[in-house]
Amino acid sequence: MIQNEQKRFDWLAIGLYLGIVLFGWLNIYAACYDEMHAAVFDFSRQHGKQLIWMGVAFLVAVCVLLIQPRVFSNASYIIYGVVLVLLVATLFIGTVTNGGQSWIDFGAFKFQPSEFAKFATALIVAKYMSAIDIDINRTNTKLVLSALVLIPAGLIFLQHDTGSALVFASFLLPFFREGLSKYILIVGVLAVALFVSALLINKYILIGIILVGCLFYLFVWLSKRNSKSYWHTVIFFIVCSLFVFSVDFTFENILETHQRNRIYVLLGKVEDPTGVGYNVNQAKIAIGSGGLVGKGFLNGTITKADFVPEQETDFIFCTVGEEWGFIGSLLLIAAYVLLLVHLITMAERQRSTFSRFYGYCVASILFFHFFVNVGMVLGLVPVIGIPLPFFSYGGSSLIAFTLLLFIFIRQDADRNALI
Amino acid sequence: MSYKYSNRGNIVKIIFIAVGVIFVLRLSMLQLFDKEYKEKAMNQSLRNITQYPARGLMYDRNGGLLVYNEAVYDLMVIPRMVKDLDTAYFCQALGITREEFDTRMQKAYTYSPYSASIFKKQISKEEFGRWESLLYKFKGFYISKRTLRLYGRPIAAHVLGYVGEVNEHDLEENPYYKRGDYIGKSGLEAAYEKELRGMKGKKVMQVDVHNREIGSYMHGEQDTMPIEGMNLYTTIDPDLQEFAEKVMANKRGCIVAIEPSTGEVLTLMSAPSYDPNLLVGRVRGENFTKLNEDIAKPLFNRALQAQYPPGSIFKVAQAMVALHLGAITPSTGFVCDKILGCHNHPSARNVQEAIKMSCNPYFYYTYRRVIQPGKYKNVNDDCHYGLSVWRDYIMRFGFGQRLPIDLANVKPGNIPDTNFYNKWYGRNGWNFRTIYSNSIGQGEVEVVPLQMANLACIVANRGYYYTPHLVRYYGPDSTKNPEFYTKHETGIERHYFDIAAAGMYDVVHGAGGTAHKADIPGIAVCGKTGTAENYGNDHSVFIAFAPKDNPKIAVAVYVENAQGGGGTWAAPIASLVIEKYLKGEIERKDMEKYYTDVNPCQKLPLTRRVKRPHHR
Repeated sequence: MIQNEQKRFDWLAIGLYLGIVLFGWLNIYAACYDEMHAAVFDFSRQHGKQLIWMGVAFLVAVCVLLIQPRVFSNASYIIYGVVLVLLVATLFIGTVTNGGQSWIDFGAFKFQPSEFAKFATALIVAKYMSAIDIDINRTNTKLVLSALVLIPAGLIFLQHDTGSALVFASFLLPFFREGLSKYILIVGVLAVALFVSALLINKYILIGIILVGCLFYLFVWLSKRNSKSYWHTVIFFIVCSLFVFSVDFTFENILETHQRNRIYVLLGKVEDPTGVGYNVNQAKIAIGSGGLVGKGFLNGTITKADFVPEQETDFIFCTVGEEWGFIGSLLLIAAYVLLLVHLITMAERQRSTFSRFYGYCVASILFFHFFVNVGMVLGLVPVIGIPLPFFSYGGSSLIAFTLLLFIFIRQDADRNALI
Repeated sequence: MSYKYSNRGNIVKIIFIAVGVIFVLRLSMLQLFDKEYKEKAMNQSLRNITQYPARGLMYDRNGGLLVYNEAVYDLMVIPRMVKDLDTAYFCQALGITREEFDTRMQKAYTYSPYSASIFKKQISKEEFGRWESLLYKFKGFYISKRTLRLYGRPIAAHVLGYVGEVNEHDLEENPYYKRGDYIGKSGLEAAYEKELRGMKGKKVMQVDVHNREIGSYMHGEQDTMPIEGMNLYTTIDPDLQEFAEKVMANKRGCIVAIEPSTGEVLTLMSAPSYDPNLLVGRVRGENFTKLNEDIAKPLFNRALQAQYPPGSIFKVAQAMVALHLGAITPSTGFVCDKILGCHNHPSARNVQEAIKMSCNPYFYYTYRRVIQPGKYKNVNDDCHYGLSVWRDYIMRFGFGQRLPIDLANVKPGNIPDTNFYNKWYGRNGWNFRTIYSNSIGQGEVEVVPLQMANLACIVANRGYYYTPHLVRYYGPDSTKNPEFYTKHETGIERHYFDIAAAGMYDVVHGAGGTAHKADIPGIAVCGKTGTAENYGNDHSVFIAFAPKDNPKIAVAVYVENAQGGGGTWAAPIASLVIEKYLKGEIERKDMEKYYTDVNPCQKLPLTRRVKRPHHR
């Protein structure tokens, strides 16, 4: 196999990656563009710095492609351990930016370990899942997997970077693919739906609706009823009711004020375009003003004028919407969806569980970022500060996502091998 | 196991695609169907900056500047953009103390750290010149140029008018104006507002969230250049205007002087007047209130707006109409039977003598023949007919209508018609005996001084006039108003006007004339006195033109509440005006001094103290 090293890199994935990165840079350039600092290689500006990060990222990508894929699966425990140490270290020596203590300052540059925690966790979970005779539906396995995922997530949560912590929920998708009961996904969706409903409508009415639904299920939907189905329905109803009553408590005591406000803004319970709803409102104005074909490169007025905070990072999609219009945005979304779907196709053609599972992790993590980031800018998801992969400004995230993706592309090149 | 759940890959793919589709639908809603965001974006990120054109200048008839603009400078500051400022150096350059600097800066900061506020207001050109070259060192400071109206000489305030900020009414009337704009409020500034103001230009700038300008929009494609205001070339003789204002300084009344051959107004003044510089710049508001409340009404332009009974000067027009209608002939005489009350003089044997002696009974009988021509047996019918015919001719002298001079608020005066009397007395309730006072310029007849001067012009021209006007032409193309170049004929024979001119010559020069004080050595002055009866003291009136043949100037002088008739006050003042214009200098210095210093009017406070303009 080593002699016959006819590497078949997946050029579609690489091409999409390169396209998204370059288009991202154009938009970062536009977002921080002003006539005084138009030079492309102005390294004091964000677009200049991003050029350096892109150089580093491409170097990392090439290195990864040259390394034997086996190295990563073997080193996954070490990588995971190092990242955990860094995450813990961040809690003590990290610098605070935008309310999150998630950066380690090296003087010349700052480094965000949480970005790397994602691929480290993906590696170790894939490694664990690739062991012979793993059954995900066994409680033991579930506990181990949960621990592997929740430890870094918890550490990141402690850094007040709730967004990045939530990303670890994306591991549910690979687990689902590996046989995790579909009910867990359904319960998840149901929980979110109940949570939102409880915030929007009176709790007693909501419980009434659930009761009617349960009765309908029991006496109309089910043709055969037995004691088991009765018990299940009653338990379901009780759990739902308790959940609904717990929403207020969770909302008031666990979430922070700005998080509550973001959810209220999304649900339309708070109309405050100059206060808590400012970002989202400005983002919508920026995108909406782009129209079909956009205002043209560098001609955006809203994004160029600092109306949208965080526009090079979390709100970068505004610049696309404003300057490239519906057509540009459509193409970008299409590129992401194509990449994501293609990653699943790639994962499914792997012979090894490790590669397949890792592939699913890559796709799911990217998908979560894509879904939350673009959804937030479009006003469909509450504001959660996580970057758009390959696109937002930021060295740590670009390099971490590049590592995440290219490790899988490298494995895919050797997909017929059993790692 | 790995293949057991491979169909779940498709479920994941479907989730991915579904999310993509939802995003695209949402995008199409925001970008394609909902116009709301586009408008919001427009409003908040672009700022239209108005570029003001310079207001047009005004020249006198000799090409001298009457009204011009002076640039003053406001020093603006955007506190947030102030960087690396050498404060001590800056204070020294500006001539302010450190404490002043701190208070001003604090004030600007409180207003807004990001937008501009005035740091120092109305800095003169000289002061600005001293540190203009240093301005680049003061980051965050910049200069905003404004213009103020200035006047070469403090004259002709009523003619030139003044500019002020637009009010609600102006804003409603004309969408061109925006709050804070300036508009001509009176005088030529108002009458030629459209020409003087030019057209505002527009600069579209992009602004950021802090309202800072960050560059031009679309490379200035939507910008428009301002169009400069047009200059006015007026007919005012500044020396004569200044002289007239000097003579009338402590009187109330007005002087209008016109060049008869063209209708060009040489002088138009109303006393008391005021220095036009008082209504400029920061002192305007305060001074305006004071002038407006002054009981001598300095803002009131008597020459156009004071409707007085004309008094005896009206007899000239009466004689012309009566001659034309055949009511009398040039040699008709009437015995002075004192039916109306008259001064002591021999009876007039003809029209010329009647004018010279201003015989009241003569014009009583003349007017009776005009009003009761004997066309109808019924005396009321006859008077209706007579009054209509008379009114038709008297209107041709420009009476009873607004003379379309290029100033606003001209009053029409009053030449009563049959309806007027019908309303008062009923259809058959009046006849000649009700209205005979009109014969000698009293009663219901009212004219404004401008119309009196125009009457002098008509006699000077022997039967026609050009609408009195103040602007010869304006703008780069020397645009003329055709109205001002149209001859208005009275339709009355020229030789009758020769009789009027001769009579008016005798008023000044003949034995028994009423205005020998108007005589100027070497100049054939023709004039007519008038004394308009009033509730208080009578008004003194005099109209004149000179020289008799080929007249160069026609003038009307009105002195309010002056004791003594037209010959006592108005005639000598008119003669001084004529002398000044025809000779350039006053040779009768004693007379000039006497009539300048004397105050014949009833005691009234003339003007209150007003604050001097700050910038001069």
